[in-house]
Amino acid sequence: MIPNAFEYQRASSVEDALNLLHENGDEAKLLAGGHSLLPAMRLRLNEPEKLIDISRIPELRYIEERDGFITIGAATTHDDIEHSDLIKSHLPMMTEAAGLIGDQQVRNKGTIGGSIAHADPAADWPASLLAAEAEITVKSVNGSRTISAANFFHGLYMTDLAENELITEIRLPIPAAGTRSTYVKFMQPASRFAIVGCAAIVSGNGTADKVRVAFTGVSAKPYRATGIENALQGNAVNADSIASAVTSATDGIDPLSDHFASEDYRRHLAKVFAGRALNAIA
Amino acid sequence: MGNLIGQSVKRVEDQRFITGKGNYTDDIVLPRMTYGYILRGNMAHAKINDIDVSAAKAHPGVVAVFTGKDIADSGVNGIPCGWQVDFKNGDTMKEPAHPMLVADKVRYMGDGVAIVIAESKEIAKDAAELIVVDYEELDAVVNAKEATQEGAPLVHDEAPLNKSFDWGLGDAEATAEALANAHHVTTLEFTNQRLIPNAIEPRSAIGHYEVQNDRYTLYTTSQNPHLTRLLMSAFVLGIPEHKVRVVSPDVGGGFGSKIFHYAEEALVTWCSKQLERPVKWTAERSESFMTDAHGRDHVTKAEMGFDADGKIVGLRAITYANLGAYLSTFAPAVPTYLHGTLLQGLYTTPAIYVDVTGVFTHTTPVDAYRGAGRPEATYLLERLLDLAALEMKVDPAELRLKNFIPPFDGVDEPGYQTQVALQYDSGNYEPVLKRAMEMVGYEAFREEQAKAREEGRLLGIGFSTYIEACGIAPSAVVGALGARAGLFESAQVRVQPTGKVSVYSGSHSHGQGHETTFAQVVADKFGIPLEDVEIVHGDSEAVAFGMGTYGSRSLAVGGSAIVKSIDKVIEKGAKIAAHKLEAAIEDIEFAEGKWTVKGTDKSIAFGDVALTAYVPHDYPEGVEPGLDFSSFYDPTNFTYPFGAHIAVVEVDRDTGKVELKRFVACDDVGNVINPMIVDGQIHGGIAQGVGQALFEGAIYDESGQLLSGSYMDYTMPRADDLPDFEVDRKVTPCPHNPLGVKGAGEAGTIGSTPAVVNAVIDALAPFHVKDIDMPLTPERVWRAMQPKTNGREVHS
Repeated sequence: MIPNAFEYQRASSVEDALNLLHENGDEAKLLAGGHSLLPAMRLRLNEPEKLIDISRIPELRYIEERDGFITIGAATTHDDIEHSDLIKSHLPMMTEAAGLIGDQQVRNKGTIGGSIAHADPAADWPASLLAAEAEITVKSVNGSRTISAANFFHGLYMTDLAENELITEIRLPIPAAGTRSTYVKFMQPASRFAIVGCAAIVSGNGTADKVRVAFTGVSAKPYRATGIENALQGNAVNADSIASAVTSATDGIDPLSDHFASEDYRRHLAKVFAGRALNAIA
Repeated sequence: MGNLIGQSVKRVEDQRFITGKGNYTDDIVLPRMTYGYILRGNMAHAKINDIDVSAAKAHPGVVAVFTGKDIADSGVNGIPCGWQVDFKNGDTMKEPAHPMLVADKVRYMGDGVAIVIAESKEIAKDAAELIVVDYEELDAVVNAKEATQEGAPLVHDEAPLNKSFDWGLGDAEATAEALANAHHVTTLEFTNQRLIPNAIEPRSAIGHYEVQNDRYTLYTTSQNPHLTRLLMSAFVLGIPEHKVRVVSPDVGGGFGSKIFHYAEEALVTWCSKQLERPVKWTAERSESFMTDAHGRDHVTKAEMGFDADGKIVGLRAITYANLGAYLSTFAPAVPTYLHGTLLQGLYTTPAIYVDVTGVFTHTTPVDAYRGAGRPEATYLLERLLDLAALEMKVDPAELRLKNFIPPFDGVDEPGYQTQVALQYDSGNYEPVLKRAMEMVGYEAFREEQAKAREEGRLLGIGFSTYIEACGIAPSAVVGALGARAGLFESAQVRVQPTGKVSVYSGSHSHGQGHETTFAQVVADKFGIPLEDVEIVHGDSEAVAFGMGTYGSRSLAVGGSAIVKSIDKVIEKGAKIAAHKLEAAIEDIEFAEGKWTVKGTDKSIAFGDVALTAYVPHDYPEGVEPGLDFSSFYDPTNFTYPFGAHIAVVEVDRDTGKVELKRFVACDDVGNVINPMIVDGQIHGGIAQGVGQALFEGAIYDESGQLLSGSYMDYTMPRADDLPDFEVDRKVTPCPHNPLGVKGAGEAGTIGSTPAVVNAVIDALAPFHVKDIDMPLTPERVWRAMQPKTNGREVHS
């Protein structure tokens, strides 16, 4: 529980953080809420020589409506998101997901940017970000770029981020009026991370104009269940059509397996939780 | 005053605990203190070919590095075992050496190979990473039954088939005959899984050798400081006991895991002697998972026979008990004398035989964990009874009521002699079950359950009744059973000149609330305010002797020792009072804090007698000054609390997740000093018992790696997993101790586990499920519900 010795520096601005990242290369790690990085350091699974603290940069902590998007600063805490009226009014699945992360202490410190940068396969955010078709803005000393959520997550603790890049913003397209969304989760009982987390969005009454279903926890990489989406989009969404659609929940997916949930059981749970999410908003 | 016994007095110790002002071992900082970090094998079974500590020794800030060879060369002994259970054929128990640090082989992940001592714990840990060990990894065995098969990897060469002992109790022939002639026999093969204790405070120890007076002080997280002193000084380090002081300050939970004498305690003491500086070691949480003695881990086959009326006619149990890599202090006693002897339960079973093989494996040593043997016995009995009820299509509550031992008070009626060596002190079993059934509303529940099933919902109810042997124990009895120590308790009651009272108790408190309960007894008996009483414990220098806290023994044994000293104070006080009041001693009575001449208003208060005893100017002839008495109390029997627990669950048909909807308990722990503390003990015990039923379990892979070695991987029960517990009590006083108390520390853990499992099996009745191994994780429950073809599950 004792980490290696490391240097610590607090960045005063995004520009400052980017310069520090550039100067230190792969020897440095960014520290935001610390809820993924510090436990790994305490177990000496991660031994950075330097920590750049970005947790007190005001320009990274906000939730705003801008140009048809809800924009969230990367260092915004889970608790801030859970209690945002703007988010709740458009994308309640984000509110629900935030409230299911860890416990109150974790939600007070942990940040959305930190969570997705860490890319734990059982983290809650990726399902909602994929379902919402979020964009992720990252910056480096060389400039900025925007990555779709679908392209951001590469696999187990792996993302599209380069060593000198910092996530600055998560952008969520504001859905059409009348769009419903929800996030449901089957928790790993010890860690309370997701064994299966399912985010679903449905718009349109009677016939679905748009359906998005995404999973976290099931496999090493979060994914959109396009089989379910295609089966329901343009069709009636009801208990029967949902039951039929969710059978494809893990098609083409290689599920994780551990002593809490085998591959078989994860496949089964993915169907159950997709069904629960869709039935709740059908 | 005079009415404190039976009151829910708020716990006086909580002020310091809740405000963060407790004084724990790791809080203690001594001048020139150094910090130890133990490099552990991290492999379950490996030969040590070579170890190179040169880089670690050269690391800045490192004071010393010692290896297993250094320890062996110094001529000290290994860690001893405190209980001997021999083989049935008379062969002596296999008791291989348990060195403080190993030199030749690691036999489980937690075996220490070297200790680095440095100016800070950070430096010690960094330097430990520089130690190079050349290991030759060997095959490991982790399952007790598999370890006894020919060809299994051997943990110790001197223990063939990995057996430490085998043991039988009861009448094997009569039991075989009873089962052969039974109308119905219910058979269950199961594992009572291994648990990791997880006290909130990790273990910690500071060794402090003072060269100027050649004395040693050990500060340690112990439930049992005097026994640790005895074992460490006389058996391990060979230093005179009177040169050793052991202090066990505030201790943050034990649940049994801090009873035992651990290698680290002797190691820091030995290191301090070498360095002439204090040496502190505190476990990291990962080390706690790996090295705190684990609990349970039995592989059992049990058969229970019934006659046509549903009366139990015989019980046979064959158990392989996993002892881990070495014998921990009380390890051999737990699966034998704390398990086999409890298989009478509350029932009149006329023939019982139990066979237990104690087995070494490449795992963490196993020893007493809250309940210690009795939860395993209760689980065995109560699962068999529920399964038998299912098989015989009778009501599980009725089956129990039919087989209960009739009431006996142990005063006018004799105690109940069991088929497995014990004599129960007093018991009245039907009322606790009837009361629990009334609390849960049993008949109404069965109607609700039937309706729910029609809706496709899976509700279940599970019963468990239990008896435990607490207040351990009569020294002569346990001596005959293989204990290498007595099991009495000591207490000194010192009335100070101002009438304030200091009590020195050999019972150690690490969450139980002794500072309140014991003070209530003393203040009540003396008729003085609670705040005038101070309970001192946990320091071998202050307390004459102690056998520690475990087996729900503090009040029954330690409390009885206090009462003996109180009686001596009152008796001597009467002599002083008689002199002062110019009355005959026969005419003096003590009540409400004063000695009074019977039938008069002439009296003298407690404080005045105390002052007189220390300022004896006007004093009775032949009476010594002072008012200070010590007593040792050795009980004449165990105490036998009992109770009935009922769980109500709902199983999620889609996921297999179990929701514990209600938990009802009616316990009989004899007389109660502080109802709130007893309720708290029952509540905490139930939570731990539910933990075993639904959540907890140590998992090793085939190579002996502990996969459940963190809170991310090992599921502890949490508040939101549990309903509000509904608890009630009956009172059948213990007939053989002065307070009439039986003990409440383990009851909740013992009773609750089978109730929860039985409830889940009941909920799954539509699926014809007979048994699921604990913990009943959602996946296991879901699998049990899946259709089976030719014995294999079929998945959609």
